[in-house]
Amino acid sequence: MATRLKPVDIVIVGLGWTGGIFAKELSDSGLSVLVLERGNPRDTFPDFLAPNIHDEIRYAQRHELMQDASRDTLSFRNNASQTALPMRQLGSFLPGDGVGGAGVHWNGQTWRWLPWDHEPLTRTLARYGKKAIPAEMNLQDWGISYDELEPFYDKFERLCGISGKAGNLRGVKIKGGNIFEGTRQNDYPNPPLTQSYAGELFEKATEGLGYHAFPCPSANASQPYTNPDEVAFGQCNYCGFCERFGCWSNAKASPHFTLVPLLAAKPNVEIRTGARVLKVNLDEAGKRAKSVTYANARGVTFEQPAELVILAAYTLGNTHLMLLSGIGRPYDPQSGEGVVGRNYTYQINSGATVFLKKDTWLNPFMGAGALQMVIDDFNGDNFDHLREGFIGGGNIYCPSYGGRPFGFRPVPAGTPRWGTKWKREVVDHYHRTLFVNNQGSVMAYRHNYLDLDPNYRDPFGRPLLRMTFDFHPNEKRQADVLADVCVGIGRAIGAERVDRVGAPEKYSITPYQTTHNAGGAVLGTDPNTSAVNRYLQSWDVSNVFVAGASAFPQNSSKNPTGPVGALAFWAADAIKNRYLKNPGLLT
Amino acid sequence: MSRKAGLPRRDFLKAMGAAAGVAAALPPRAEADEAIKRDHGKQESDGQGHGAAQRVTPFQSPLFFNSVEADAVVALVDTLIPKDDVGPGGVEVGIPTFIDRAMAGAFGRGARMYLQGPFAEGTPEQGYQLSLTPAELYRLGIADLNNWCAKSYGGNHFHQLSPSNRRLVLEEIESGKVEFAQVPAGVFFQLLLQNTMEGYFGDPIHGGNRDKATWEMIGFPGVGDGYIETIETYRNKKYFTNPKSIQDLS
Repeated sequence: MATRLKPVDIVIVGLGWTGGIFAKELSDSGLSVLVLERGNPRDTFPDFLAPNIHDEIRYAQRHELMQDASRDTLSFRNNASQTALPMRQLGSFLPGDGVGGAGVHWNGQTWRWLPWDHEPLTRTLARYGKKAIPAEMNLQDWGISYDELEPFYDKFERLCGISGKAGNLRGVKIKGGNIFEGTRQNDYPNPPLTQSYAGELFEKATEGLGYHAFPCPSANASQPYTNPDEVAFGQCNYCGFCERFGCWSNAKASPHFTLVPLLAAKPNVEIRTGARVLKVNLDEAGKRAKSVTYANARGVTFEQPAELVILAAYTLGNTHLMLLSGIGRPYDPQSGEGVVGRNYTYQINSGATVFLKKDTWLNPFMGAGALQMVIDDFNGDNFDHLREGFIGGGNIYCPSYGGRPFGFRPVPAGTPRWGTKWKREVVDHYHRTLFVNNQGSVMAYRHNYLDLDPNYRDPFGRPLLRMTFDFHPNEKRQADVLADVCVGIGRAIGAERVDRVGAPEKYSITPYQTTHNAGGAVLGTDPNTSAVNRYLQSWDVSNVFVAGASAFPQNSSKNPTGPVGALAFWAADAIKNRYLKNPGLLT
Repeated sequence: MSRKAGLPRRDFLKAMGAAAGVAAALPPRAEADEAIKRDHGKQESDGQGHGAAQRVTPFQSPLFFNSVEADAVVALVDTLIPKDDVGPGGVEVGIPTFIDRAMAGAFGRGARMYLQGPFAEGTPEQGYQLSLTPAELYRLGIADLNNWCAKSYGGNHFHQLSPSNRRLVLEEIESGKVEFAQVPAGVFFQLLLQNTMEGYFGDPIHGGNRDKATWEMIGFPGVGDGYIETIETYRNKKYFTNPKSIQDLS
């Protein structure tokens, strides 16, 4: 029997970006805020210091900062005719664990999603008509427009000290920025990072092709920065150990130094680590959350009563907790009814490996997690989709993340994987190979969803989350068309050889792709097609809010952290200014 | 750490042939000679006089592998990454030691793997589905490999085959032509290849990439550096410094 603890006003599950933002914003109310984080406390000192943090085996290969699959995993199948089997080790995506969550080991690519991404249904119908939408695609608007969210995007950019170049400042298009972006009221707080040679080549080639290259907005600070909360950032030194690592110089924005110290200084906020929330407990009618049950690091369980519960775990953890707790109706793909677990999405990758002439020196080890040039000419609705035969688009980019030698070993297709010939090709191409990649959007489909697994349980006795997911023709077509664009850019760079990487045949849980899982508890204005309203509030249990990429009705081609942060500020604002004054369903 | 520290090394290598530089702390010459005498296994000749030179010895003090397994690991690594005119061989940079330590530690014991049943084969897209930890997979996989070689090559274990036959065996395993008795040969090979590459390219602190020889070969400057100025000033210019490892800077 779980020990019942002293009630608090607000309990927050998870201490990554969203949990940290909610805790900070809601603590202003003076109410008692308790943050429960399943993992350990960690900080730049002593956990992320150089040179020890620069260990590719420990962090990139053994995933030391990430979710431990022996405790937290899910089961997976491509379709409902298969039996889902557990993801026995991390692969396709790398969720966080511990204070800061994945915000510690992200790349720092911080986007405002395009206005199209927030209302793809309305805009697709307006431009192409209903015939353009495949039969099983659940295309949905957010219920919040880009313009409504704009001030909150801005807030998150300032919190993180984003380095970038505006392309649409109060309606004025600016060359060198992203001219396709939604109207922004303010420029980025910091100028862009210094581009690598690879980025420069990409910029020239795409300009020659009539595209519009711009630097990726980066949470790796291009200069020393102090944010509005007076948190000081270091300057990125392009060490090339960024994504999958903690930053030793606090140049990469992370909740552990931008938010946690502020929370620790507040008398009404408590952070409890090693506290894994197992379930949200509802009242008898199932309409109100009373408490959460959590296990401490020793596995002893406690019941923590609270008036308000914010689920701020990773995308998949949020949906899992909702299903385990009976918050909202579980989705049933047969009937198409129910909402929790509906519209699970991912992203799709394709592109080109570009081998340049001998004696080209790209120095691939000079890099940063968000150092890349990008074009948005084939993204959102920035081009004519009718001709192409798909909806959505791609973020086409040339990355310079660092040339860590286990992970960065490009060789021409057809090279053996070992032996002398292999070694010769690795050495020959290490300094003169770049990538032109497409990270493509993935729409939601009726038969891609999350539910509870009937066969497998976690060490706490709970059913695993079950993922049923595969790529659909719309996305594969997109990935193939945009792979051709990537090849064209590679050729324009003046390559000796370009290898095309087309669409994957099936989704596989094994190779790393992106940690951009989305959906499962999507937001919207219709309770029949969304689990939470536009303030991230459960339609069914109004004192539960669910934050994070679980709220995205479909996935953009862009990295999710920007809108994840913006939505957290947006929802926290609604709670602070409206919900707390008059608790109940926000309309 | 510095290559000058191990003076006996050059003599040792000469005595043992290319494939011999296995142990992290190198044995003195006399022990090395003793090791040759102990290695009483037969060795196929590949007809190029390489037989004796390619002879392998167990690690000085493996943490996980027994001596039979150690022989196999050394020969496997030597086949996957031979010493050649391109750069260092996998054995001389210590990959067997890297793999041995990995198997003795948390990774080998599957500490971060979900290993609860029921177990089923699944589809390739569903990934690894064996009930085995990596260390268990090596143990069974090496036994399978040696038994398979013994059947196909007149009683010889893998490490007793000629270099060309070792290559042939691994090519056949890689292309799916070989069935092992206990574990899927392809899954074993994939893990072996992954760990071999980790040992070759990872920081020397883990036991491989000795003297940062691999980093020197590809021109990776190692860890602890920053490129805040050079990312611009070295655009399309060769940048090279002697690589630094974690221990160099600790």
